[in-house]
Amino acid sequence: MNTLTRALKRLNGTQTLGRGRAFWSSFAVTAVVLTLAPAFAESYIVNNLAYFLLWPFMALGLSLIWGHAGILSFGQTAFFGLAGYSYGVISINLGDANGLTWVAFAAALILPTLLAAVVGYFMFYGGVRDVFVGIVTLSITLVMETFMAQTAGPEWAIGTARLNGFNGMSNMPPLTVPWFGGEALVLEGTPFYWFVLALALVVYLALRWLVNSRFGNVLVAIRENPDRAEMLGYNVRLYQLAVFAIGGALAGISGVLYTTWGSYITPSSMGLTAAALPIVWTAAGGRKDITTTFIATVFLLWLSQTLAVRGAQYALVLMGAILLGVVLVAPDGLVLPVVRAVGRLVARKPRSDTAADARAASQEVA
Amino acid sequence: MAALLETRALTKSFGGLFATRGVNLAVDPGEVRCLIGPNGAGKSTLFKLIIGTYQPNSGQVLFDGHDITRFKSHQRIKQSLSIKFQVPGIFVDLAVEHNLRVALQRRVGPAHIDDETEKLLAFLDLAASRQLAAGNLSHGQQQWLEIGMAIALRPKLLLLDEPTAGMSPDETFKTGELVKRLNADGMTIVVIEHDMTFVRQIARKVTVLHFGQVFLEGSLDEVVHNDEVARIYLGKD
Repeated sequence: MNTLTRALKRLNGTQTLGRGRAFWSSFAVTAVVLTLAPAFAESYIVNNLAYFLLWPFMALGLSLIWGHAGILSFGQTAFFGLAGYSYGVISINLGDANGLTWVAFAAALILPTLLAAVVGYFMFYGGVRDVFVGIVTLSITLVMETFMAQTAGPEWAIGTARLNGFNGMSNMPPLTVPWFGGEALVLEGTPFYWFVLALALVVYLALRWLVNSRFGNVLVAIRENPDRAEMLGYNVRLYQLAVFAIGGALAGISGVLYTTWGSYITPSSMGLTAAALPIVWTAAGGRKDITTTFIATVFLLWLSQTLAVRGAQYALVLMGAILLGVVLVAPDGLVLPVVRAVGRLVARKPRSDTAADARAASQEVA
Repeated sequence: MAALLETRALTKSFGGLFATRGVNLAVDPGEVRCLIGPNGAGKSTLFKLIIGTYQPNSGQVLFDGHDITRFKSHQRIKQSLSIKFQVPGIFVDLAVEHNLRVALQRRVGPAHIDDETEKLLAFLDLAASRQLAAGNLSHGQQQWLEIGMAIALRPKLLLLDEPTAGMSPDETFKTGELVKRLNADGMTIVVIEHDMTFVRQIARKVTVLHFGQVFLEGSLDEVVHNDEVARIYLGKD
């Protein structure tokens, strides 16, 4: 079996649901429809789609950390916020000429990754385990929120970038690509949406590959029985540190994209409510699968936004209820039972070919 | 012949309680050594000292001529040791096949892992259960699966902590034959076991631990015919 075949096979490994023809056909159709969306959708909808697609990176990171490696972390928002603020500070100081926003973009991904690696080192090599990881990571994000909220004074500036305390930073330049003829391509509106979509597709496929790799196999082994994993010769703490840093980097992607999307970032993005949302999205996705986590995140974001029209607190109460419901009655999350139920309904249709397709689809998902 | 595994004056205490007290043990390459002794004699603690779960208060662990006393567990495993725990330490929610793959991938590249998994499943007589979550296997099968994970690393030294606990006589016999086959292939094996029928089936040399110390070491016949061993362990007056 050559390397390419093995790499493709790895996309369809046992750590990922959705492995058959029906899934990949739906995936291709969804990708095409989303790519063509700006041609038939209003700019408001395209802007919203970009918003829905920029958050799942953070949830996918948590799926990796929590669902695959068994580490419950509330720290994703800390890395999200750090990335957002880093992009703001660096891009405001460097400006947007000559593609320098990409320097800010890269630095804003490196910094949360490094912070995650440092925090992970002290936690995992310091013997912090189980629920205490949740407590430590929650404390970190709340400390960062509190710290940023008190930076309102003029003394809290880095170069020309004011941190602005509770009001947050704004007016950072959007990502720009140097283009032919001296005109820069500004990633706003539709170009930004396409960029987020492309990044989401690449990261999704890369994560499918990763969780089905040797590394991914070790992560689930550590989740199941860390002592056994250690006794197979795996450096458990190093793997935990690595997955925590990767999760931090993914949260960083969401942070940078969010900051460039709205051209602002506030301390509340690292607050208690913000820290709980990735947990809700990932739990609703069933934690252990990146596809269901992705779908659940986008769905809940859409639901929250729709409900927010009737009052934001109402939406948050529903998010809390969903978390409670998932923990108590649906440990596999909300997506998989729905897909299975739809598969069963379609399978009842009289036309034999449709029924066979539905059964196949149901088996693929299962 | 230089010993493959050697412990020198290995002592471990928990508070005021000495679990092992100056244990000197030398296991030669190719041996099947049985460790026996009453409950609380320090057998499992000795394994945990060898494998790095515990650090000794004093003494040394040498493996293949290297002092590994300060090594972490995963570093010791990479020196070519492997262990099966007393309580089956498997990945209960993962498929049987997946359990073996996680172990095999430490040694085997992606090009050969399918073949090696098949061989190991056949060797353990678990091919029919490959897709089953490991937690659904019978107790005996779980023990074999864990032995399979331990031998997937092809270690020079295999430590088995009560491999037949909870097994039927038939399963115990099959486990004994499996141990003999592995030993015939050159693997050195140290076994903690209470089942004397099993010990008789596999062992040539036996070490008796008592109150954290080596009480007696010798051939199986020497040990079972020793009056003191009979009194403290085998329950004879």
